[in-house]
Amino acid sequence: MNAVAPLTQGAAVVVQGLTRRFGDGPAVLDRLDLAIAPGEFVALLGHSGSGKSTLLRTLAGLDPVTEGSVTRPRDVSVVFQESRLLPWKRVWQNIVLGQDGANRRDRAASVLEEVGLGHRVDAWPLTLSGGEAQRAALARALVREPAFLMLDEPFAALDALTRLKMQRLVSDLWTRHRCSVLLVTHDVDEALLLADRAVVLERGRIRTNLPIPMERPRRHADPRFEHLRGVLLESLGVHDD
Amino acid sequence: MSGTLIRTASPVAERGRGRPVWRPALGVLTRYASPVLLVLLWQAACSAGLLSTRLVASPVQIVATGWALTRDGTLQTNLLVSLARAGAGLGIAFVAGVGLALVSGLSRLGEDIVDAPMQILRTLPALALVPLFILWFGIGETPKVALVALGSSFPIYLNLHKGIRSIDPKLLEMARTLGLSRARTIRDVILPGALPDLLVGLRFAVGISWLMLVVAEQVNADSGIGHMMMDAEDFLRTDIILVGLAIYGLLGLASDQIVRFLETALLSWRPSHRAARSA
Ligand SMILES: Nc1ncnc2c1ncn2[C@@H]1O[C@H](COP(=O)(O)OP(=O)(O)O)[C@@H](O)[C@H]1O
Ligand SMILES: [Mg+2]
Repeated sequence: MNAVAPLTQGAAVVVQGLTRRFGDGPAVLDRLDLAIAPGEFVALLGHSGSGKSTLLRTLAGLDPVTEGSVTRPRDVSVVFQESRLLPWKRVWQNIVLGQDGANRRDRAASVLEEVGLGHRVDAWPLTLSGGEAQRAALARALVREPAFLMLDEPFAALDALTRLKMQRLVSDLWTRHRCSVLLVTHDVDEALLLADRAVVLERGRIRTNLPIPMERPRRHADPRFEHLRGVLLESLGVHDD
Repeated sequence: MSGTLIRTASPVAERGRGRPVWRPALGVLTRYASPVLLVLLWQAACSAGLLSTRLVASPVQIVATGWALTRDGTLQTNLLVSLARAGAGLGIAFVAGVGLALVSGLSRLGEDIVDAPMQILRTLPALALVPLFILWFGIGETPKVALVALGSSFPIYLNLHKGIRSIDPKLLEMARTLGLSRARTIRDVILPGALPDLLVGLRFAVGISWLMLVVAEQVNADSGIGHMMMDAEDFLRTDIILVGLAIYGLLGLASDQIVRFLETALLSWRPSHRAARSA
């Protein structure tokens, strides 16, 4: 990281020339470059198997960096498609798992309040609905005050109505916390509703890098929305009609 | 009668759990009607002289003998001796089983060293070791406690080891992203996750401990329920033998209930049948 390119200057997350392969297989990530500014919301799209999760896992420190380099803030949080709550700890204990200090329960309760789960502080995780469990997972991510938040298809398993609510919640939380966000999603509309920029991954490389210059709150009816959606679908190889 | 006790110990409780609450008390009556009828028939057969008391004592006689043995203290003394042996053996088995399972469950090296021998040893029927144990440990308390300990450590080891090894890798990954230390991960993720399996192991272990004890006390002992029964054999006292059997049955039933109680108390996070929600 001695020669920082001008584009990546001041970025919170910088990925340069990242290549990753499993065994002797083809490169899942292929000399990938990506920079995310502080407070920027980036949506990562791509077909199944295009390497989205692999990139996210590398950024989360779960997978090793073997070729290329990755710079990221120290405090990061991850939310996966499954809530991954410990069933044997009450919801609030899951939220502050591994956190030290006084008032752990109060801190958990206040962040649970923030995600609309204030009434389930003492519940057992297995009694939560799918949407509630993802809210709890979001709370667990936020209580650590991350500078960089990664979301790997966090709403993919939820019903359409719950997903809409969760998208609004993430939008609110991001407005308040202003951390950098990398959201992996299949859903073009979700990307257009939430992100500052959409990045399309294809065979381990970035195929499209599309700024979304729309003010919030965004509306599907906006003609720019329609246009950007056409562009994204096009670059995903899906044609609208 | 005693046979009934032993046989029904867990199946009855098992059925009782799944039974819908609305089922009327009549169900309970019909469930106990046939054992009661059998006991009555048995009593009638003995009273009518169809069954020789040399083969089997009558229910009334068993109750009377049980009462007499309690009054002169024989029963309590022997029961305490048996309980102490089972308790000591189970205690050793618990410590050894849990310790070995932790070593082999939490480290690859530990698994290589511990698991293979355990898997080989567990295929040996523990009871076949009785002659060796008597040679090694003589005829005191040691061989009896050792036999109980040996037999019941395997279910504890095997179940806990399996429990540790089958922790959801996604939870372990989550622990890593949350920055949990290894010690914290073991305490907060691995051990609680393996606890249900440990309790299953404990339940098997308790069952096996009585089995071991019965054999150990009947082969050679000068006290204990098993000894009391063997002693009675010399005098053709089938009533005492049947009292002993009934005690074993009750012990099995009671210890099973204790483990069940532990499960309810320690695994309260599992949604019960009632509270289970469709996700
Ligand atoms: N642990 C692994 N071992 C081998 N191959 C893997 C592993 N993880 C992912 N892959 C492969 O890497 C590719 C990208 O996977 P992934 O990043 O999960 O895709 P996406 O999240 O975009 O659907 C896939 O072809 C997948 O088979
Ligand atoms: Mg994926």
